[in-house]
Amino acid sequence: MIELQGIVKRYVLGDETVLALAGVDVHIGRNEYVALIGPSGSGKSTLMNIIGCLDSASEGRYILNGRDTSSLSEDELAAVRNQEIGFVFQSFHLLPRQTALQNVMQPLVYRRMPPAERRERAAEALRKVGLGDRLDHRPNQLSGGQRQRVAVARALVGEPSILLADEPTGNLDSRTSAEIMSLFDALHAQGQTVVIVTHEPDIAAHCRRTIRVLDGHIVEDYQNPARAA
Amino acid sequence: MNHLAEAFNAALASLNAHRLRSFLTTLGILIGTMAVIAVVSVLQGFSDSISSQFSDLGSNTLTLEAKNEQENFRRGQINRLSFEDVDALRFKVSGIERVAPIISAPLGATLYRGRSVTPQVLGATEEAQDVLGVDTSIGRFITASDERNSRRVVVIGTDVRNELRMPENPIGEFILIGREWFRVVGLLEKRGEIFGFSQDNRVFIPFSVARSLTGTFERTFMEVSFTVTNLAEVNQVKERAMRTVRASRGIEPGKPDDFEIKAADSFVKQFNRITATATAVLAGIVGISLLVGGIGIMNIMLVSVTERTREIGILKALGATRRDILVQFLLEAALLSLLGGLIGIVLGLLAGMGIASLIPNFPPAHVPIWVMIAAAGFSALVGVVFGIAPASKAAKLDPIEALRYE
Repeated sequence: MIELQGIVKRYVLGDETVLALAGVDVHIGRNEYVALIGPSGSGKSTLMNIIGCLDSASEGRYILNGRDTSSLSEDELAAVRNQEIGFVFQSFHLLPRQTALQNVMQPLVYRRMPPAERRERAAEALRKVGLGDRLDHRPNQLSGGQRQRVAVARALVGEPSILLADEPTGNLDSRTSAEIMSLFDALHAQGQTVVIVTHEPDIAAHCRRTIRVLDGHIVEDYQNPARAA
Repeated sequence: MNHLAEAFNAALASLNAHRLRSFLTTLGILIGTMAVIAVVSVLQGFSDSISSQFSDLGSNTLTLEAKNEQENFRRGQINRLSFEDVDALRFKVSGIERVAPIISAPLGATLYRGRSVTPQVLGATEEAQDVLGVDTSIGRFITASDERNSRRVVVIGTDVRNELRMPENPIGEFILIGREWFRVVGLLEKRGEIFGFSQDNRVFIPFSVARSLTGTFERTFMEVSFTVTNLAEVNQVKERAMRTVRASRGIEPGKPDDFEIKAADSFVKQFNRITATATAVLAGIVGISLLVGGIGIMNIMLVSVTERTREIGILKALGATRRDILVQFLLEAALLSLLGGLIGIVLGLLAGMGIASLIPNFPPAHVPIWVMIAAAGFSALVGVVFGIAPASKAAKLDPIEALRYE
């Protein structure tokens, strides 16, 4: 489903060129549960941005669901993000002035979906993450764990191919982290493809597969030992 | 359409979140619009009242009157039109439709049951009704038969009726004008005031009667209004009339005219020119104030885009296209400006009404609907124009950079 072939990413900083990714080949299939790990500066965030179509590679091909994204225009990439990718960010990135329901409805706005249908699907997504009774709360009326669950609902509402989470537990305490991770586990069990970027071994341990990035290269790619089911 | 309505709501919500700032931002637009509506309403009210008073005088009406130098007038050397001049116009000039001579007959007080009033007494023929556009609300005007038979009949203005405390319908009553009794046959339509002078304090009697009653008077005054058959030929007819009247008055070649022929609507035209000039000057000032207001909006929108960089990044990550972001910020700017414009229109109307009511004898303020629509549309346009730069800045933001923005 995700096919990265020889991905190179260069940044120009002043008169210096930084090589963030130096030829990466990855294949991630449907319903995989992948942890992308590595220290900061390793290139894992760049890799995530490319997978999430927020950024495009300097060289190489990225084929998402059989479609080569390297040649897509900015608006086509926006449509891909809208349809295929569900983002979950470390600092939640909810819209502060909107209610939980409105936040979750937002991606569907860009699909030109009628408001009634949008509302129904957003409410359903919030129920799935256990916030069926918090629809009209604003982010500042919710706890950190609840905010992140709103973000997960927002990522899922459009039924994306990939759930892409960037340090999803980075701003949460360990008990809430465990809650969020069990939510991811459950989603994976329901057939969702999940990619989590993290530097915490505990979090990576939830996943079935670990890809370790260092200095722009993939240095390790292995299936985790089966966890006790 | 649905999508636009939604973007509209989002823009409204965003402005609502910073109410004070939004209000202060749009103050420039508000004051500019208010100023234009206030001044336009006063000018238009004034202009409407002038035009409606003169609207009865069509542009095909010309007026012949004797020229009198102020000095000569004081010395008692009064230059008058003669009845021969009237006949010359009537019979010797082609292209003239109707000729309506008007003679003023200073016959003195008018009495009715012990009450007295001194109106302007005018002698007129039936033609005056069409040429000068005088109409009666009750009864009839002077007729050709009144004129032929020199009947002692009178058509009175509403002020005369009211001051003499005559019945609501004064037809058939007798009034004494000077030393003659006249029977009232008609009541003139109310015309109101021009510059504070009542147009209803006058009476019309048949021309022939006025002529015979004032035959021995030194100070009668006559002018002749006439209409041309074909409006396109008005200048040629005027030329012919000038030549004929010169001949009838025996003015030798090379000597200046001692009379003039004026277009009846020249005053209205002149007034309209003044109004148009005032409006153009005003439009310039308003243009500048809206420009300043627009810059204010652009400034705040740029601040707003910077403040909301992360929000824009989030929206882009969720799949908003450049166009989605552009439309959202443009709508916000347009709405901000439009709201200022709408409040400005309302306040401007109130201000115009206030100004008009503070000046005595001033006609009520009036703003044509199209001016209000244009003002609202123009203020929204200012928002769009000055919103383009901030909105395109927002649309062009790189999503990764924007998401990282603290």
